[in-house]
Amino acid sequence: MSDLALRARQNVAFLTAVGLFLVVYLIYHMSHPKGFSSAVLVQNADEVFTLAMVAVAQTVPVLAAGLDLSVGALMTMVGCCASYLLTGTTASMALEIAGYSLPLGSLPAGVPGLVIGMVICLAIGALGGLINGLVVVYGRIQPIIATLATGAIYIGIALFLRPQPGGKIDEDLNWALTNSLGDFASTVHIFSDGAAPWFAPFAGIPTPFVLLALILLIVWVPFRRTVTGRTVYAIGSAEGAAYMSGLNVNRARIAAFTLGGFFAGCGGLFLAIQTSSGNADIPQAGAYTLNSIASVVIGGTSLLGGAGGALGSVFGAMMLRVISFFFRIFDIAPLLQPLFEGVILLAAVSVGSLRVLRVKNTLELFR
Amino acid sequence: MPTSPPGDFLRLEQISKRYGGVRALEGVDFACQRGSIHAVLGENGAGKSTLIKIISGVVRPDTGALTLEGVARDFRSPSAATAAGIVCIFQELSLMPDLSVSDNISISAPPRRLGLIDARAQRRRAEALLAEIGCEDVNPLARVRDLPLSRRQMVEIAKSIGHKPRLLILDEATSALTSADVEKVYKLLARLKAEGVSILYISHRMHEVEALADRASVFRNGRHIETFDMGARTTPQIVQLMIGRDIATQYPPKPPARPREPALRVADLNWETSLADISLSVGAGEIVGLGGLDGQGQKMLLLALFGVLKSVSGQIEVNGRPVRMRSPADAKSPDIRIALVPEDRKTEGLMLAMSIADNLTIASLGDFASGPFIDRAKERSAIEGGIERLRVKIGAAQDAVSTLSGGNQQKVVIAKWLMTNPRVILLNDPTRGIDVGTKQELYRLMRELADQGAAILFYSTDYDELIGCCDRVAIMYDGRIVRELSGADITETNIVASSLNIAQGAHV
Repeated sequence: MSDLALRARQNVAFLTAVGLFLVVYLIYHMSHPKGFSSAVLVQNADEVFTLAMVAVAQTVPVLAAGLDLSVGALMTMVGCCASYLLTGTTASMALEIAGYSLPLGSLPAGVPGLVIGMVICLAIGALGGLINGLVVVYGRIQPIIATLATGAIYIGIALFLRPQPGGKIDEDLNWALTNSLGDFASTVHIFSDGAAPWFAPFAGIPTPFVLLALILLIVWVPFRRTVTGRTVYAIGSAEGAAYMSGLNVNRARIAAFTLGGFFAGCGGLFLAIQTSSGNADIPQAGAYTLNSIASVVIGGTSLLGGAGGALGSVFGAMMLRVISFFFRIFDIAPLLQPLFEGVILLAAVSVGSLRVLRVKNTLELFR
Repeated sequence: MPTSPPGDFLRLEQISKRYGGVRALEGVDFACQRGSIHAVLGENGAGKSTLIKIISGVVRPDTGALTLEGVARDFRSPSAATAAGIVCIFQELSLMPDLSVSDNISISAPPRRLGLIDARAQRRRAEALLAEIGCEDVNPLARVRDLPLSRRQMVEIAKSIGHKPRLLILDEATSALTSADVEKVYKLLARLKAEGVSILYISHRMHEVEALADRASVFRNGRHIETFDMGARTTPQIVQLMIGRDIATQYPPKPPARPREPALRVADLNWETSLADISLSVGAGEIVGLGGLDGQGQKMLLLALFGVLKSVSGQIEVNGRPVRMRSPADAKSPDIRIALVPEDRKTEGLMLAMSIADNLTIASLGDFASGPFIDRAKERSAIEGGIERLRVKIGAAQDAVSTLSGGNQQKVVIAKWLMTNPRVILLNDPTRGIDVGTKQELYRLMRELADQGAAILFYSTDYDELIGCCDRVAIMYDGRIVRELSGADITETNIVASSLNIAQGAHV
């Protein structure tokens, strides 16, 4: 067997997810009155980005055989932080709680302030993940229960920050990041405000899509090729063997949760920018956590750990979102949405297990 | 104790280790030299595993000192020992099944470029190491999960020599290998020895020890009994040192051959590419061996007869009635009553975290049920009976089965299936990694069960066992039965020749 065929066979779950998504997405565009247009692409990318990021956040701990139930909560907490930090004004920030005002100092105006604010938001996400990792490793607590607890804490903090939805996000930032590359260029005044002739073919590409690709390329791809990244896979595959091979199992597990926290932070940051506000929405946080697990599974990552990857989860998230897009173009009663979503989710996950039917040695099913 | 010759690489002095109330090692003095192959012998539970774990940094001794080339060392983790040049090939494989062969081989110190793992260099390294042990057939990109057990073991060996060991420990490392691979490992060990590497070799196969080792140390009940140069002791003497008592005959006598009612009859069995036109019958009261090189379809045949494989074509008859099995549950049902002692007792044979008692009755729970509930009193007496029948050495039946030694674990697997009162017993290499004393008990038990009317189909990788235990032996090659031997024809020469499928003519 050639190396290419071997790799294809090893990644059949991922390839199935990609193939399925492409088919469904193509049908969506063909049925959409404005199909194949930049506007539709931008709208879809905006709606997918946060879930895709949270799904990637879930993927890293899952690869190390640990479910993270706090990703939705962490995303929400970071979003609430962003609604204070990314206002774009020099006015000094203050927490207004129960009539008291807690001054927080101020950020510089304009782009430097926004960049610093975003960095702080992402750092808060990573910190939340780091705490998850420390609790799991040094508290010796099962990830699922440890993150259930920390998740409740993060939601608690989010509620503390934003008892009611509110806050504000710099309008230019919102415009630049949630539209097409052309809008981005014209907002930040590069490439002759996006009018440069060579730039024209790229102007229609949705910015969130580019951000997603960049984050994966800059963070995930190199991580996979570090010893720590390899160790994350090794832990999920056979923790005992990983330890006996002299790998630093604790460090890798902490890194997995920290990286997960960072990705969840990216999701929360974008959600706040997109909605121009912070909202400690508990049901929404729960829904994101559960959908992140569904995306991971659809994308071909084993919940037992060891096999799969972030790109699969991105496709899993896109698949989940496309399902809900269909409700807009086909006239389906809104009350029936959850029912249909559930049925389609079940079908999508089942496609991945079709290969079980081909297994002739039933003992293989349990290995 | 003997004074240390200048060539000593590793010395242990007065090492003791307890696990709870159990004494694993007691005042052990031990030394091994550079450029020498040193066998460590003893029954399961003699303390060999603990000794190795201490040397390789997995556990730390309660008392005693470990010196490496005259310098006192205290390894706090396996990686500390590896850094000092001590590399261990464990009996339980240390490979990550979802990672590729080349990932596994370079797992602890992969070649890197700009801080990131260099996949191409890693692959070249894997290819070079695999070539060094004669395993060019293994694709470095393949996932370990997809390799057969014997190939995985070779990958494990490639991984270990990649660490440039100065002391290499092999713990039953050859038990899963094919004979061709064993030859390659012998060559490798000879070369490492010539390069001055110390080698500790743990094996239950006496002929391997005799062929390879320069020196041997015998352990019994956590104590070091004796160290001697190979050749200074005969095999029976060594065995006696190990078990501390005489053994009369290794194998129980075989009954004279006579025609028997077939309890199991198989005709024209085919499955995928692994089984081709298998026809075989096993009489009630008969032990039939399955021989041949590893991976010639023997394991698949046993799985097919236990309802594990789908789309098997051909006929299977039990007690003269054709049967169809879709699952192990069908196979053990009262109408059919087939039992299988599986290949891997730790994952397929036992639920390691559950108690000995729960494991013993798990396959026959229906017999102890009244309505939907399990009758505890009935269950308890059956458990006691099972433990007694196989003389399983246990503390309490409520202890986790993982606390038992390998030999006693295997006894629990067998006792579990005997509770289903099987007509046909399929055994997949049941003595792998088991000590001499327990092996002999199993041989006696097999004959006893046959005498009580069970039909036994027995796959073994050890030719001695096939010769000593079986009334007939079917040799498999490439998914077919190429030859059936019976009576005086069951000789090592015949088995080896038929296994290689070269000697059809020599017999005629």
